[in-house]
Amino acid sequence: MPIEVLLVEDSPGDVRLTKEAFHDANPSVHLNVAADGVEAMAFLKHQGIYAQALRPDLILLDLNLPKMDGREVLAEIKNDSSLKTIPTVVLTTSESEVDIAKSYALQANCYLSKPVELDAFEALVKSINDFWLTKVKLPQNRQAR
Amino acid sequence: MQILKTLNNGRTTIEVLLVEDSPGDVRLTKEAFHEADASVHLNVAPDGMEAMAFLKHLGKYSDAPRPDLILLDLNLPKMDGWEVLARIKSDAGLKTIPTVILSTSEAQEDIEKSYQLQANCYLNKPVLFEAFDGLVKNINTFWLKEATLPRQPVHVLSAD
Repeated sequence: MPIEVLLVEDSPGDVRLTKEAFHDANPSVHLNVAADGVEAMAFLKHQGIYAQALRPDLILLDLNLPKMDGREVLAEIKNDSSLKTIPTVVLTTSESEVDIAKSYALQANCYLSKPVELDAFEALVKSINDFWLTKVKLPQNRQAR
Repeated sequence: MQILKTLNNGRTTIEVLLVEDSPGDVRLTKEAFHEADASVHLNVAPDGMEAMAFLKHLGKYSDAPRPDLILLDLNLPKMDGWEVLARIKSDAGLKTIPTVILSTSEAQEDIEKSYQLQANCYLNKPVLFEAFDGLVKNINTFWLKEATLPRQPVHVLSAD
């Protein structure tokens, strides 16, 4: 059974890199992509075209997004009694102290700084896979094999 | 002289609070961290009440450092891990501290409950020594080297 990851990311380049990196690291990961915060919430709430969307095992969330930014998405997820148990990892180029503090205050499970270099980016995705998808016990009995 | 405690990449000591009542597990954790990263200072609370006193700087813990990371067992005397987790995550000052459950329990309901209470992540504590050692090193690598942790409050020492 595939592991469902929701990537909330508006940069097509970063989406592609993430897809490829996960594919190399763990072929059983199915990467779902939402390009902005509104799409992300629709996906999570199974609205419209996302009526059949699967609940993610992990959310990777950029902060700077069009329409509804990642900070708002994070707040909505963590205030929703059903969605809040989904591990939500902020993955962003922002190194702002305010963003870091705010993300943890909003109960982001973790904050990761997105590297600029390709090799470092791939290594980070691999690291996310290794820690969150093979070591961490995920809610709803979805431990990766 | 004003001293600023800098972020994880520039600092000299990383403070980890281990909340664990088994002396054997405490020792293994200490040794594993020591091998992995000499800049980690492991603080230990053997039960939930001491953990909260440490975090709230009560009594003998009035000068306790604020942890950068908390490793929390669930089965603790006096005040169990659930209560500690709930208190941490409902405290505006403490809830930003990444709190990792490290438990022998593999029960799905324990996992669910931990995430409900906003544990940052849940890890199953291995029984075998090498696996335990390996897991502590994984925690060190991911949380203390790769993750960006919330900044420590600024410490200002009085001028001479």
